[in-house]
Amino acid sequence: MATSPILSPSLTTYELLRQHGVSRRQFLSFCAMTAASLGLDAKEVPRVVSALETKPRLPVVWLHGLECTCCSESFLRSSHPIAQDIVLNMISLDYDDTLQAAAGHQVEQIRKDLVERAKRGEAEYVLAVEGNAPTRDGGVYCTVAGETFLDVLRETAAHAKFVIAWGSCASNGCVQAAAPNPTGAKPVHECITGKPIVKVPGCPPIAEVMTGLLTYVLTFGRLPELDRIGRPKMFYRQRLHDKCLRRSFFDAGQFVESWDDEGAHKGWCLYKMGCRGPTTYNSCATFKWNGGVSWPIGSGHGCIGCSEEHFWDDGPFYERLANVHLPGIETTPQTIGVTLAAAAGAGIAAHLAGLAIQRARSKSQAATEKANTNSEMEV
Amino acid sequence: MVTRIVVDPVTRIEGHLRVEAMLDDDNRIREALSSGTMWRGIEVILQGRDPRDAWAFAQRICGVCTTVHALASVRCVENAIGVTVPKVAEIVRNIMYLTQLVQDHVIHFYHLHALDWVDIVSALSADPKATAELAQKVSPHWPKSSEGYFRDTAATVKKFVDSGQLGLFANAYWGHPAYKLPPEANLMAVAHYLEALAWQKELVKIHTVFGGKNPHPSYLVGGVPCSIDLQSDTAINIERLELVRSKILEARDIVEQLYVPDLLAIASFYKDWAAIGEGVGNYMAYGDVPQNGIADVAAFRFPRGAILGKNLGEVLEVDPTNSDEILEEVGRSWYRYPDGKTALHPWDGHTEAHYTGPKPPYDHLDENGAYSWLKTPRWKGHAVEVGPLARMLVGYATGRPEFKEVVDSALGRLGVPASALFSTLGRTAARGLESQLAVGWLQDEFDRLIEALKNGENSTANTTKWSPDSWPNDCKGFGFAEAPRGALGHWIHIQDGKIANYQCVVPTTWNASPKDAQGRPGPYESALIGTPMADPKQPVEILRTIHSFDPCLACASHVYGPDGSLVASIEVMT
Repeated sequence: MATSPILSPSLTTYELLRQHGVSRRQFLSFCAMTAASLGLDAKEVPRVVSALETKPRLPVVWLHGLECTCCSESFLRSSHPIAQDIVLNMISLDYDDTLQAAAGHQVEQIRKDLVERAKRGEAEYVLAVEGNAPTRDGGVYCTVAGETFLDVLRETAAHAKFVIAWGSCASNGCVQAAAPNPTGAKPVHECITGKPIVKVPGCPPIAEVMTGLLTYVLTFGRLPELDRIGRPKMFYRQRLHDKCLRRSFFDAGQFVESWDDEGAHKGWCLYKMGCRGPTTYNSCATFKWNGGVSWPIGSGHGCIGCSEEHFWDDGPFYERLANVHLPGIETTPQTIGVTLAAAAGAGIAAHLAGLAIQRARSKSQAATEKANTNSEMEV
Repeated sequence: MVTRIVVDPVTRIEGHLRVEAMLDDDNRIREALSSGTMWRGIEVILQGRDPRDAWAFAQRICGVCTTVHALASVRCVENAIGVTVPKVAEIVRNIMYLTQLVQDHVIHFYHLHALDWVDIVSALSADPKATAELAQKVSPHWPKSSEGYFRDTAATVKKFVDSGQLGLFANAYWGHPAYKLPPEANLMAVAHYLEALAWQKELVKIHTVFGGKNPHPSYLVGGVPCSIDLQSDTAINIERLELVRSKILEARDIVEQLYVPDLLAIASFYKDWAAIGEGVGNYMAYGDVPQNGIADVAAFRFPRGAILGKNLGEVLEVDPTNSDEILEEVGRSWYRYPDGKTALHPWDGHTEAHYTGPKPPYDHLDENGAYSWLKTPRWKGHAVEVGPLARMLVGYATGRPEFKEVVDSALGRLGVPASALFSTLGRTAARGLESQLAVGWLQDEFDRLIEALKNGENSTANTTKWSPDSWPNDCKGFGFAEAPRGALGHWIHIQDGKIANYQCVVPTTWNASPKDAQGRPGPYESALIGTPMADPKQPVEILRTIHSFDPCLACASHVYGPDGSLVASIEVMT
């Protein structure tokens, strides 16, 4: 995926950084950190350096549909690279109604001009979508400048190089698509066709996942490897449960049974409090949030599975999982990966069944819990 | 000749809002319409769900003021089922709330509002040495104010502009006659735009400590989900608390040495805006930051009350649970109520979309019919403004000394009378003054937390009512928060352990509401009336007043002929 041609003659990212007072040494350190955050081998650092030395800023159009703006807010929280670097030095954020200085016709004109130029082959841009489109009743539930968001999305996507679906709204539908989905909200891939779409689910996605994706694309000029539903493998390959700090307590059968109980103080497993870690794929357990400070499970609340499809309707959140879904098979044939993933899934199922049997033997189990135990044993 | 202009979307706000207005011959706004152009139906989605889950759904109403909807939600459920939270949980919630308030206000000032007053292009002609002198005068203790620092900032701006890729700053109103700052003040503000951008991600780490992430930290009915245990390596311990304390200290520096000095310096060039954008002149606050449980309203740091007709001599009592006080109308909104009803209290509220607007794509809305996805809330029949100005006025009029001190000090430094508060400038200033109070309170709340821990109090959750079996079969609750943008209320009706009805009246609904049955405009609409525009093609003045409310929507503006007909549709381009 070529991403390099740019709207107008421009300095490279490195030149811009230099002129912003960044030393060569600081620049190289920035490149190394970027490579590390992308999980790249040290030998790849020169490629990052080269990319940022030679590639001009990438035009990005950032649309907002039905959403709460948490994705934008998360993006601004990025620790490496920081938002200023991205907006001033890495991309050219040509349209974003949350942050744009201009308003109204002036800002709509920017988008329409860019689309028109791309149509004529004179420009390239990436479309980033935050939120999704209501499709019921002719799309009247979200309009921008008198046009339905659905029309704006389709018009802008038609000439984009590729599309980034920020967050669970754009990737999966998220809260407004939860039952009964009053507005007929649909994620991006159900609204447009014929464009590569990278899904970055999460409510919101982790900041460094968002900026990491952009940095990867800028560095390598192509999209990262995606899993079968379009998520970057580099960020969504791992199940939280497998990387969880509390995992050893799960394995040992030590659970938080009630909020702020002894187990909560000792950091025991939150599975019984409804934690969705066993069925959620995201980088929370590895990157953590807000510069690595913590993550929901780390701060005592179960995961609600916010990067998974239909997680809002997979509740109630405090009711523990009755079964654990097996991981899916990815489009790129990776026999070993699939085998391992399936084995891990089966392992969890067996593990849960084992725990369930232990519980069934316990005299302290309440009658209601026995019902859950039975369903777990069917896993 | 009367002109009608269209601005859609108005940017640098959250969400989708549209304002339509009419200009007189002298380019003054005669009438304006405010219209929310987005509806997601979260109140409908909440029906039938577990009330303990509601906070997570409601939190997704807004990711900018993330946390306040969750707070209002857990409070309404707790109110309904009759559970009180432990003291330490209340303090942790206060810390998270105040963190949000301060972070949101600083972002609003620098990243959403400043460009209405600050001309980036003018900054290019600033003298770095003179800028350093100005900055040192404005804020003597702020460390980053050397000539070299501003020379670097100027170089950053120049190279960015020279790149030809203006990104977020393209097609804007640079050079517009309404911009009054000298180049040095513009350069100083641009430098601080970047400083604040780098800092905003730091303060929210307080949310991450207690709630696991930001945006959208975790909440819990009955308390907070994190445990505090000074002897534990996994609960909130001294390392975590020290992280929180360090971020509070940073916030104090940012507010006291960057934000408020910049605010007052910029305001001093725009005193004419102390006579523009008054609005309805009625103000309401539910109050917040409890000190002795949610029921002890008198002990809140932000007092509850209402002011009518700018009368600071009297603060009226507000009872959001009284079905006669708060009513939501839908006569000018794209909803319908059952049985031909026109106004309902939120506990009896009803959300049924019924779009009667023009078929998209459209040029303008029907100002004589329904024109918004926002309902029209009224307090005792009055359109009331909510937000920082309302909170500061209610605190001031209640006679709280800390409110009087910051307000009187700012008025004195600007050399303007108290009447200047009722304006666009007053609204913007109130946000900064409130942040001053909030950073002080953050420190106070942290001290209270440490004091409680010293006394051996560390319970963070009351689980006695966790099980739905312990709830009444039928109960109603009210929860609230003084969101950054103003009074936020959630009303819940629980039946048999499930949500039977859930209604939110959010600050922007109060402020951006369409007209009511009597034809009286809402606060946005009212505040725009009389505003002079230097150039109707470049709606800087509309943005100033709309942004002074800190909208939680994306908005649009039209200007109509006196009979509401389209006289001239002006394509606004540069």
